[in-house]
Amino acid sequence: MVAKGWIDKVRGQFPTSILKVETFRDETTLVVKKDQILEVFKFLFQDPDLSCDYLTDLCGVDYKPRKPRFEVVYHLCSTKHDRRLRVKVPLEEGNSLASVESVWKAANWYERETYDMLGIRFENHPDLKRILTWEGFEGYPLRKDFPVKGKDFDKPFVPEL
Amino acid sequence: MAETKFVTINMGPQHPATHGVLRLVLELDGEVVVKVTPHVGHLHRGVEKLSETKTYHQVIPLTDRLDYTNGIGNNLGYVLTVEKLLGIEIPQRAQYIRVAVTELQRLAAHLIWLATHALDIGAMTVLFYCFRDRESILRIIEEVSGGRLTPTYFRIGGLSKDVPEEFKERVMGFLGDFPGRINEYETLLTKNVIWMRRTKKVGILTAEDAINYGASGPTLRGSGVRWDVRKRFPYSGYDEFDFEIPIGEVGDVYDRYMVRLEEMRQSLRIIQQAVENLPDGRIMADDPRVVLPPKDDVQRDIDALIRQFKIVSEGFEPPKGEVFMSVEAPKGELGFYIVSDGSNHPYRIKIRTPSFMNLSALPKMIEGGLIADVVSTIGSIDIVLGEIDR
Repeated sequence: MVAKGWIDKVRGQFPTSILKVETFRDETTLVVKKDQILEVFKFLFQDPDLSCDYLTDLCGVDYKPRKPRFEVVYHLCSTKHDRRLRVKVPLEEGNSLASVESVWKAANWYERETYDMLGIRFENHPDLKRILTWEGFEGYPLRKDFPVKGKDFDKPFVPEL
Repeated sequence: MAETKFVTINMGPQHPATHGVLRLVLELDGEVVVKVTPHVGHLHRGVEKLSETKTYHQVIPLTDRLDYTNGIGNNLGYVLTVEKLLGIEIPQRAQYIRVAVTELQRLAAHLIWLATHALDIGAMTVLFYCFRDRESILRIIEEVSGGRLTPTYFRIGGLSKDVPEEFKERVMGFLGDFPGRINEYETLLTKNVIWMRRTKKVGILTAEDAINYGASGPTLRGSGVRWDVRKRFPYSGYDEFDFEIPIGEVGDVYDRYMVRLEEMRQSLRIIQQAVENLPDGRIMADDPRVVLPPKDDVQRDIDALIRQFKIVSEGFEPPKGEVFMSVEAPKGELGFYIVSDGSNHPYRIKIRTPSFMNLSALPKMIEGGLIADVVSTIGSIDIVLGEIDR
């Protein structure tokens, strides 16, 4: 559970960016507009009262057919204050998002994974390429319109040499 | 003027010291490693995608196969997350048994790490000692759950079955032997000159970098950060147990080794407290939505039979919402993020695995060091590719 002061502080700094604050099962979620997210994350990282210095997790969720289709979810943690905070950024299909690799190095592989699994592109990422599947793989497996079992699932994959 | 040329070496994916199908592309300037590029994904099985098509109970066996040295610990992370989503409390007896077997599994996982890590550096004897002791742990786990590597012991709401009568006696016997065994490993390695030369001041990761790279577990604590999910965000009753969090100083391979050894001793303390104070009572939560009725009732009572049939075939429907919950696995922070749309299967599961992040910090540890130290550094972060690739 995040203290109310935290949220007020972020809201004071970015009055127009925060779309919604949700609480479920003692977990606080900030829904933030995509425009200023790098500034928001830098503030969350640097401010001594917040100091979200640890990026626990970063992933994307596909909500097709809802609009906007995607949500990128950041799980932040403060090792000083023992607090967690979830930040969600709604994103239209085809839009890209600023990379937070410059804030947390941990984001490097997470953003690659999100790109690999959902096709969400991150701007200014140093090395945005597939990580769990291979170069040349077609489609984005964690999108809801990607089949769980393809037509050729029992045929061995033989790459061209 | 001489031209500098780097030699590129491909290490893996089939290599005895990469602990699985990990491929590293090393750029070398003589013996010095200039650049490391890890390539992962060879073991990608699509666990997250597959989970979206299963009921909540059916995901438990998939978690066994993430970090396959830590089946029970993975079960714990998943069932706790679903229990949080459902908002149910589980009985204290079940919590204590969970803690005891999870810590036993942690010991088994650390023993595999020690065995393979020492073998990589050339100390073969340690392997036989560690596997001997791991075997006695796996026997206890097998008696309790029925499985050795993939126990699938926990259920949403409690345990699949109560521990057998001999459990306490077996664990106490093990607790009597094992502290001496840890001392044995120490006499083999801790003050061994070869071991110290191969591990001290090697693969250093500073505390600041460790946090920024999202490292966790012994990799983070070896760098001197006193961070353990069991203490910071206690779950499953860990706040009722008395144990210490060991940390290192410089963050080199040796520190990570010392942290894990001390962690084994702390795990023994936790197991002892859990088994000695094991309360009586139920092993399943009292929640008819989730928990299967007792077998006797199913055979006599039509209502119980219907309920059993419904839960097994359809599962249950948790409220709409999303939760994140993490546990301290042997490798670090294992987290599950579950999005529920109110149906009987998860809408999205994201698994935050510790090895994924620890491996992404590997280039930071290796670059600038010698090629001979690559192997000891990989061993020290204790990766399992099953949970990196999912």
